[in-house]
Amino acid sequence: MDPELIGDCVHCGFCLPTCPTYVLWGEEMDSPRGRIHLMGQHVGGTPLTPEMAGHFDACLGCMACVTACPSGVRYDRLIEQTRAEVERAHRRPLQERALRALVFRLFPYPRRLRAMRLPLRLTEGARRRLAPRLERISPSLAAMAELAPPVPARVRLPRRVRAVGRRRATVGMLTGCVQGAFFPQVNAATARVLAMEGCEVVIPPAQGCCGALSLHSGLPEQAVRLAERTLATFERAGVDTVVVNAAGCGSTMKEYGDLLGEDRAQNIRVVDLSEYLAEIGPVATRHPLPVTVAYHDACHLAHAQGIRAQPRALLSAVPGLRLVEIAESSICCGSAGTYNLLQPEAARDLGDRKAERVLATGADLLVSANPGCTLQIGSAVRRRGAGPIPVAHVAQVLDASLRGLDRAW
Amino acid sequence: MPDTALDEPVRRFLEILGPGSVITDPVRLRTYECDGLTHHRTSPGVVVLPETAEQVAAIVRVCARHGVPFVARGAGTGLSGGALPRTDGVLVVTSRMRRILSIDLPNRLAVVEPGVTNLAITEAVREQGYYYAPDPSSQQVCSIGGNVAENSGGAHCLKYGFTVNHVLALEIVTPDGDLVELSHTDPGYDLLGAFVGSEGTLGITTKVTVRLTRAPQAVTTLLAAFDDVESGGRAVSAIIGGGILPAAIEMMDALAIEAAEAAVACSYPEGAGAVLIVELDGPSPEVAHQFAEVRRICEENGAFELRVAADPAERAAVWKGRKSAFAAVGRISPAYIVQDGVVPRTALPEVLADIERISGEHGIRVANVFHAGDGNLHPLVLFDDDEPGAAERAELVSGRILDLCVEHGGSITGEHGVGIDKSRYMTKMFSEDDLATMQLVRCAFDPEGLSNPGKVFPTPRLCGEAPGVRRGAHPLVESGQAEQF
Ligand SMILES: Cc1cc2nc3c(=O)[nH]c(=O)nc-3n(C[C@H](O)[C@H](O)[C@H](O)COP(=O)(O)OP(=O)(O)OC[C@H]3O[C@@H](n4cnc5c(N)ncnc54)[C@H](O)[C@@H]3O)c2cc1C
Ligand code: SF4
Ligand code: SF4
Repeated sequence: MDPELIGDCVHCGFCLPTCPTYVLWGEEMDSPRGRIHLMGQHVGGTPLTPEMAGHFDACLGCMACVTACPSGVRYDRLIEQTRAEVERAHRRPLQERALRALVFRLFPYPRRLRAMRLPLRLTEGARRRLAPRLERISPSLAAMAELAPPVPARVRLPRRVRAVGRRRATVGMLTGCVQGAFFPQVNAATARVLAMEGCEVVIPPAQGCCGALSLHSGLPEQAVRLAERTLATFERAGVDTVVVNAAGCGSTMKEYGDLLGEDRAQNIRVVDLSEYLAEIGPVATRHPLPVTVAYHDACHLAHAQGIRAQPRALLSAVPGLRLVEIAESSICCGSAGTYNLLQPEAARDLGDRKAERVLATGADLLVSANPGCTLQIGSAVRRRGAGPIPVAHVAQVLDASLRGLDRAW
Repeated sequence: MPDTALDEPVRRFLEILGPGSVITDPVRLRTYECDGLTHHRTSPGVVVLPETAEQVAAIVRVCARHGVPFVARGAGTGLSGGALPRTDGVLVVTSRMRRILSIDLPNRLAVVEPGVTNLAITEAVREQGYYYAPDPSSQQVCSIGGNVAENSGGAHCLKYGFTVNHVLALEIVTPDGDLVELSHTDPGYDLLGAFVGSEGTLGITTKVTVRLTRAPQAVTTLLAAFDDVESGGRAVSAIIGGGILPAAIEMMDALAIEAAEAAVACSYPEGAGAVLIVELDGPSPEVAHQFAEVRRICEENGAFELRVAADPAERAAVWKGRKSAFAAVGRISPAYIVQDGVVPRTALPEVLADIERISGEHGIRVANVFHAGDGNLHPLVLFDDDEPGAAERAELVSGRILDLCVEHGGSITGEHGVGIDKSRYMTKMFSEDDLATMQLVRCAFDPEGLSNPGKVFPTPRLCGEAPGVRRGAHPLVESGQAEQF
């Protein structure tokens, strides 16, 4: 943990109200300012106590504090370094270790994830009957089962999708682990939208995880390996721009320079889908979609990449579509990568809070740009017995509008 | 090391609050060791996180029974060390008391718990066309309980007044643990007025009834760039002298602008030695008329660029630079002291020139941000804490600035309070007799001196020099000149 970065914090507290755990629990140690203070204590010689580790583990890594901080404190770097230190110096209780091992052996590997889909594909009834049992055994397993969406048929994406009309660009597309396994239809929509906007889309098969989950969980070596492999895959595919539709993956890939060195990372430019579409401007015709949409800011898009305006602009440009704002839009929904599996209680409380505000908008459709958020909010809405509210990715809404469908979610 | 005198109180707190709301782990306790003023640090003996007024009262009763000092804390953004804890005491944190209890628009008031943030009140009533007027730059985070304790102000207090003008009633826990209501309608002494600004030394606020203000019909915000602070200062005097009362007049000098640019890229006019933000609000025709006047005055005093914020988004952009200025100097300096002093508006140019001279003499940079309309200065004294002796020099410069304020007939604090940081300057402004009289007020509320002891006053004089120990009568009391309750 870099003492200089810690020293940048002037203790003003401006980050407090945007921190989800501070919003939930109202205590200093679970605020960004408090966590930075704890890091300072550790750097100053205090051993890493289980209490300390607990407060670091409880951080969602949502980066709302980075957005809020007027002093430019790099909390993102700090927490990354801290997580690695926690993994090194802190011995977790057995049960926790086993769960973490399961998650980290499963998630970054698309094939293993796909294999998991079957047992997770429970009917509503079975889900309800199983829930209390699982809850007793492990809240994390319960959370895992509750989150799993009904799995759609497998979509096989071609290696190359030709541009419709005049070709304006050639781009690579990341399929992502969670996105690829649980939301293949989002990837299909992304490829179609890009193609209809005049891009040739290159989709290398056998893509691995980009390294996001490992990086955010204090496993930098695993992250470096996965990042290296991802870069190599796209280099081999011969593209220099990679479009990413999952916010968590995009924010990590944009930091490959920090992870692998600027030289290694400079051949590939990483852009978020809505960032890219806003940049190249529309050419395809938008057909009307008479629907009220609540747009959810994924933390790794809004806070980590500063992308808030572009998706809203893309959605608002669809004729007939009415865009509404969700209160407390900058507060995390509790999904945060693997957080909902490792910290299920907090994740649940945040999910409930978000669901309440989403439902209050009265929207017909919830749109977000991150698969984790979609899973999380979807399950929170179900839990309230109010749902199900249809959820979609920005790509799916645009796809529907470009193709003149009534709906595609 | 934990104080054994706290063992019994801690047991009682656990009964009152449960284990999740009593912090005794030393690592956790240390995260509460300071507020926004980080060079004073003390780890609290124990931290409690009550959720109701009754719990606060029960906690305070335990403190009173055992003679244990207690300190209230809101969001910990105070800049005078007011919430600095005590190792032998209890820190009562209101961060879990953040419910808005009721909103009464017909009577234009809201009742809130003390941990509610200043901005949350405005957000709750904005859609209905109301807001809570005092707007400290820390408004998104500071608590209303802290605002009451510090009588906090903000840019718009020039026209609308400070916290004290917007608090209609308080529920407080007195230092012996009674829940008491203080209201502006109470006959007799203005106890509400005495409590606002008492910096936690008279008890703990558990409920605040605030006045809601109707949002003005029209708001115009103007950003004027000047070559130097002097011409900006002249424009300020001319505006106020011309009988115009803007909602706010704020000034920033070149260094403060540099910091704000670095932090939030506010894009103020390039090459400005000073910028003035003037906000006018009220009925549309009046605003339009005043705007023309202000524009003329700024131009006459050498403004080389004038920008008008046309909509709320542009207005927010103009204010963003100003509101982030304190924290933003972190971008241009490793460490800094935020000073807070007041001078008569007419003395502004002279005092600013003096500050520049002192800054040069000691080789310490000073950035200036101020509520120009009411002469409230916020010099930001910049230094590098790794450089030997720099902190001491900065401290010296910071102290000299306060001397300047007093010399010019101003005050050692405009809105950040005295706390621990400025208690030693109180003797520069007040005579022994003045201070003794203030102590009598203190003793009327807190005879045992348990409520935030060691703050505000240079030396505790009356009713016990050490907390929990009652001493003989004060000379003023003995001589029959004063009475103690
Ligand atoms: C970047 C920055 C900008 C700021 N800008 C301004 C500004 O523009 N104007 C301004 O006036 N101030 C400003 N401040 C100072 C600070 O925000 C205010 O003093 C604010 O009112 C403190 O509120 P808090 O909740 O953080 O209180 P704390 O810092 O927690 O406490 C402040 C004092 O209030 C007492 N207190 C807190 N809660 C209670 C309670 N419930 N009952 C009794 N006593 C209590 C404490 O004991 C302490 O003495 C700024 C601070 C920062 C860091
Ligand atoms: S990353 Fe999110 S959860 Fe973690 S400290 Fe920052 S705001 Fe809080
Ligand atoms: S906003 Fe930034 S400087 Fe202020 S307390 Fe939070 S991290 Fe520290």
